[in-house]
Amino acid sequence: MNKLQKKLNDKKENLLTIYFTAGYPELNDTGTIIKELEASGADIVEVGMPFSDPVADGPTIQASSLQALNNGMGIKVLLEQLKAIKNEVNIPVLLMGYINPIWKYGVEKFMADCEDAGVSGLILPDIPLDEFKQDYQKLYEKHNLSSVFLITPQTTNERIKAYDEACTGFMYMVSSASTTGSSKTVDSQKQQDYYMRVKSLNLKNPTQIGFNIKDKTSFERACQFANGGIIGSAFIKKISEKGDLKMKVREFVSSIK
Amino acid sequence: MNERNNNAEPHTPPLGGWGVDSNGYYGEFGGAFIPEMLQPNIDELKACYKEIIDSYEFKQEFISLLKDYVGRPSALYYAKRLSEHYGTKVYLKREDLNHTGSHKVNNTVGQILLAKKMGKTRIIAETGAGQHGVATATVCALMNMKCIVYMGSVDIERQMPNVRRMEMLGAKVIPAESGNKTLKDATNEALRDWINNPEDTYYLIGSVVGPHPYPEIVAKFQSVISEEIGWQLDEKIGRTSPDYIIACVGGGSNAAGAFYHYLDDEKVKLVAVEASGMGVDSGETAATMACGGVGFIHGSKTMLMQNDDGQIIEPYSISAGLDYPGIGPFHSNLFKTGRAQYIDATDREALDAAFLLTRTEGIIPALESAHALAALEKLKFNPDDVVVVNISGRGDKDMDAYINEMNNPS
Repeated sequence: MNKLQKKLNDKKENLLTIYFTAGYPELNDTGTIIKELEASGADIVEVGMPFSDPVADGPTIQASSLQALNNGMGIKVLLEQLKAIKNEVNIPVLLMGYINPIWKYGVEKFMADCEDAGVSGLILPDIPLDEFKQDYQKLYEKHNLSSVFLITPQTTNERIKAYDEACTGFMYMVSSASTTGSSKTVDSQKQQDYYMRVKSLNLKNPTQIGFNIKDKTSFERACQFANGGIIGSAFIKKISEKGDLKMKVREFVSSIK
Repeated sequence: MNERNNNAEPHTPPLGGWGVDSNGYYGEFGGAFIPEMLQPNIDELKACYKEIIDSYEFKQEFISLLKDYVGRPSALYYAKRLSEHYGTKVYLKREDLNHTGSHKVNNTVGQILLAKKMGKTRIIAETGAGQHGVATATVCALMNMKCIVYMGSVDIERQMPNVRRMEMLGAKVIPAESGNKTLKDATNEALRDWINNPEDTYYLIGSVVGPHPYPEIVAKFQSVISEEIGWQLDEKIGRTSPDYIIACVGGGSNAAGAFYHYLDDEKVKLVAVEASGMGVDSGETAATMACGGVGFIHGSKTMLMQNDDGQIIEPYSISAGLDYPGIGPFHSNLFKTGRAQYIDATDREALDAAFLLTRTEGIIPALESAHALAALEKLKFNPDDVVVVNISGRGDKDMDAYINEMNNPS
């Protein structure tokens, strides 16, 4: 059992997962932010590996990715940063990213180095399920990495079940059809129908709701329908503000919990 | 890891093995590497496109619009003076004579009919030079559909006449401000729009790029080019196959269309010309095959230009339509197997070729097509060789660059 699986086993509700882009605002802030998130009571950390062409991301994460790349962030640097703090942190760390940089790094080497750096799981949204099962699943198992999959209001029950079957972490429920950090208005009845539909499937894995969760209200609403919520863009906006980084992390987490 | 997905029953892909297989691959390239947010859109398209575009009704409508609206067949013109210059027989496939001024309209006519049959009401597109944007805005006006075109803000600057044409046709042109603010970035924005609007929106992609089944759909609609070359050559010289077909490649749609019916006719030499900007070693280039490696861009496993960290390199070319860091998976397969030859032409070589054609034949080509013409300088031909060059578009949109060249001759 890795750290993520242990956490999901121990805590069944109100899980707070925070996403941020590695190497942002400054290259060496990655470790500081992870440690501070743990200290202030977040449950899981999702670290975004910046990519030049993040098509699923809205303006906030696009901007943080660009800044991180300009700061010199890359997979190699990130894994070294994580390895350096792995004995100091207990909070489960997931990596999220686009496939191209991982492919370039070498998929098998990436998985092995993730294990070595204390990473618990991966979210790689642009790998289709068939490809995952054929080329990736065994490597996840070999390196004790949990798989997390995205589902959306448009995902059919059949596909949700297929993802649940392959999943060994949690199911990442995208709250509405959108890129990350979108402010578009959502039909809350439609959204609730989707949440209830997923609930009625009695999935074997826990669920967390992400995309457009931004404050206490939206987090609490997510927790009514799932085991927890994931906050990304709103957290990145907070740490982009002026002031002491650790303080901002603490303020943000305490504003949610 | 290079093994592709072989869940479906094995069979030989169409076009003598060069077409897409049942898993959406051309050899090891292609597939659909997209987040779940786009999966339902792609699944919907995958489920219905074949039945629609193979139906009798669709074919009738498509053929009739190509004939009466686009003005097809486009001429195959024997360029006598250019032939004398190069000591071989040069035929120009005149896609520049199409309505809207390029080959792009072949594809937009096909896809707008497909979108309509799918019940979509809102059309989005990306554009580089603006040719695809204009061709999309045109068919949207024709079919009374809402049209949104994403275009890099750098491209908006350098292709202003096309921006105004799109606006006059009723399209909304939205500038893409990320990256180098060119075609790649416009494509990113179009994909984001589609993620945010999955139900009423059809993404009318302009080249043989993107997730399966787009490369296949676009190649098929563009294949009218090679189909016509066959019977037009037969009429003129009593043979259906040329010795060479030369076309420029950015994403690769005009080349895919010009090569299509000759893929399994190995006697025909297929030559694709990439834009190498300031030169392949200059760092200011868009020559993907010359400078790139295997990777993933816009949902497809294909050749692309990337750095050691797997970040996509911003391309450069004088030609906005070729200014793209990737290339369609169809081409990656032809490159890898050696079926087609990929060469490159610089900005300088393309400009020279454009002026040569203009002064010998009275045809002002698009800067994109000028790259194909530049290949005539680089290849050795026999006097009897039949060489078809695809003139993918006309040069009206590039007059600023040409005027600049006349004012500042180098």
